[in-house]
Amino acid sequence: MPTKVEKWKDEVYGNEIRDHLMRFAEDGWDAIPDDEHDAWFERFKWWGLYHQRSGQESYFMMRIGTPNGVIEPGQLRVIGEIAKEYATGPADNPEFGDAYCDWTTRQSIQLHWIKIEDVPEIFEKLEANGLSTQQACGDSWRNIVGCPVAGKDKHEHVDAWDVAENLHNTFKGDDDHVNLPRKWKVAVAGCDEGCAQGDINDLAFEPAKKDGEIGFNVRVGGGLARKEPRFARDIDVWVPEEKTAEVAGGLSALFRDYGNRDDRFNARIKFLVDEWGPEKVRETLQEEYVDFELPTAGEDMREEYTYNTGTQDGHNDHVGVHEQNDGKYYVGLNVLVGRQGADDVLELADLADEYGSGEVRLTQRQNIIVTDIPEENLDDFLDEDLLKDYSPDPSPFMRGSIACTGTEYCSLSIVETKNRQVRYARWLRDNVDLPDDHEEFHIHLSGCTASCAQPQIADISLRGMKTRKDGEPVEALDIGLGGGLGDEPRFADWVEMRVPADEVPGAIKNLIANFEDERNEGETFRDFVARHDEDQLAEFIEPEETSYDDPYMHNTKQTWYPYAEGDDSMEASPAPTDGEGKPLKPADD
Amino acid sequence: MTTDVHQLDDGAWISVNDSREVNVSDLWLLARSDFCGCEPTDFLAEGFVEVGIDYPNIEARIAGMCISCGTNGVSDWLTVGRVIDPETGEFYPVTFESAHVPRKRTRLADAE
Repeated sequence: MPTKVEKWKDEVYGNEIRDHLMRFAEDGWDAIPDDEHDAWFERFKWWGLYHQRSGQESYFMMRIGTPNGVIEPGQLRVIGEIAKEYATGPADNPEFGDAYCDWTTRQSIQLHWIKIEDVPEIFEKLEANGLSTQQACGDSWRNIVGCPVAGKDKHEHVDAWDVAENLHNTFKGDDDHVNLPRKWKVAVAGCDEGCAQGDINDLAFEPAKKDGEIGFNVRVGGGLARKEPRFARDIDVWVPEEKTAEVAGGLSALFRDYGNRDDRFNARIKFLVDEWGPEKVRETLQEEYVDFELPTAGEDMREEYTYNTGTQDGHNDHVGVHEQNDGKYYVGLNVLVGRQGADDVLELADLADEYGSGEVRLTQRQNIIVTDIPEENLDDFLDEDLLKDYSPDPSPFMRGSIACTGTEYCSLSIVETKNRQVRYARWLRDNVDLPDDHEEFHIHLSGCTASCAQPQIADISLRGMKTRKDGEPVEALDIGLGGGLGDEPRFADWVEMRVPADEVPGAIKNLIANFEDERNEGETFRDFVARHDEDQLAEFIEPEETSYDDPYMHNTKQTWYPYAEGDDSMEASPAPTDGEGKPLKPADD
Repeated sequence: MTTDVHQLDDGAWISVNDSREVNVSDLWLLARSDFCGCEPTDFLAEGFVEVGIDYPNIEARIAGMCISCGTNGVSDWLTVGRVIDPETGEFYPVTFESAHVPRKRTRLADAE
């Protein structure tokens, strides 16, 4: 039997949601009927609006999808201005202030504390500047990810940006593909470094050669959520660039028609691939969804991949100064946990205009790249004060940190994440030394099993948990080791469970000391982990309290906002509020 | 008025009559459960898998973990609260820190 969400989607879904959204925006929060909240909030996701968690009623997270992370000249200023004007709430974040942008692991942008009453003005400003929230969330084509320097990369074999942009333009708003059983995440890679992370997407196009022509091999059914991680499976199909939209549309339609609409927990296409096997996916695609003979897979470039592979080779995470294919340079800046204050965003927009073309790009490691800088401008750009906070040459612990949204705003998260990871990274930078040959070391913190911070593909994976310490419940983390992508991708092994959050930095310090003592000459951390069994690895992790101080050990989910000053209990929440942010009385008072 | 119950956002919370009432991430004490060998089970709620009504009780099966022994799985049916008067629809949550006895079966109001 179809789920309740499917029933709501049958009634109203896709582009038509916008008219209702505008009606509610004009009439105000109170105009949304009380007994229709769940249905409308589910639908609003399709237009990029996600109702924030308990205690924050009437406030929304807004996601702006920027395909391939490309933010064209002028757009960064618009995003910063919207954040500054509209993304402010009833309380400040102690690390990031009152307005900020989050750069996400899917090269998108998230703003918080958005009021529905402001949506028409925000949409008008976004759309006047070529930006949109359409399908940023919900059961359809999500933001397409890829190599963030596509079209400018010296390692590129196909211009993946052209393909990604074409897919974006083809399938955003296409009525045949607006209502899928679940989200549909697509990655397009054009280079030999693997930075599109295709293996963890529902659909991946990866560069491959067939009969002397460069096109794409196709993989289907990757994803990390729900303790059910899968790498995308090779369906033995190669497509030339001009056929990518037809094959992508065929697979999206296959998912639409055969995906599970009875059980949302088993709806992602990874479960259909489990059930059918890649051969049947290929066979069904050929017989029912495409009009040409599908070539078998070509010769791929996976052995050359460096991105998030545990090696220290290649351009890897894009942080730093790199030459483009046109002789100009791009500079990858580290944005710790992907969050940047709105004033800093505006300042960076000015610098991108002054020194480059004004374009910036977002990476899947929550960082930002300023592109198109002529060589003669490089030194002056690198001397700018802003780059002290967003460094192109940061500590490995700063550049390697990724964190999801966490209990600050998310309903599903078990623990606080962003501010905690900021504190972890700073403490590790100041107290722990990696071996000299390790400039990249990835620590991903995800608040729950939804895995938005992609914990399973990090050197050190942290996942939200609870435990008891001195009898009291405290926030804790599971620790996994040795995940990464590449020709032989590997999910992390979870080796130490339920470590109190204030003992995790000590555990990492001891683990790295043991790695330094026990490693073979030149051995990477990932290879070191692969060489040991789980029991041995668990012995290398010795959780302990250190000088690190964690202010978020209590149950942050039971607060209305974890950093609220004074009374942070649910009862003290000002939400819901009206369009001006003034508290509304409960309807039954 | 019919009591409307469902789980949403990947099982992050239970909605009762379009109001978010029960969230994941709390620790529930389970007594006499066969979830694991611990007595009581110190159960972290990570996701609501099924919800149902056995009037006046609102019940749920919850995916989670015993934080003492590490056993993972889905609980039997737990009462998460009550709607005593369907006309008002007012929800009275249980105190999750107190002991709860999971049950094998319940009658479902909605198969979701």
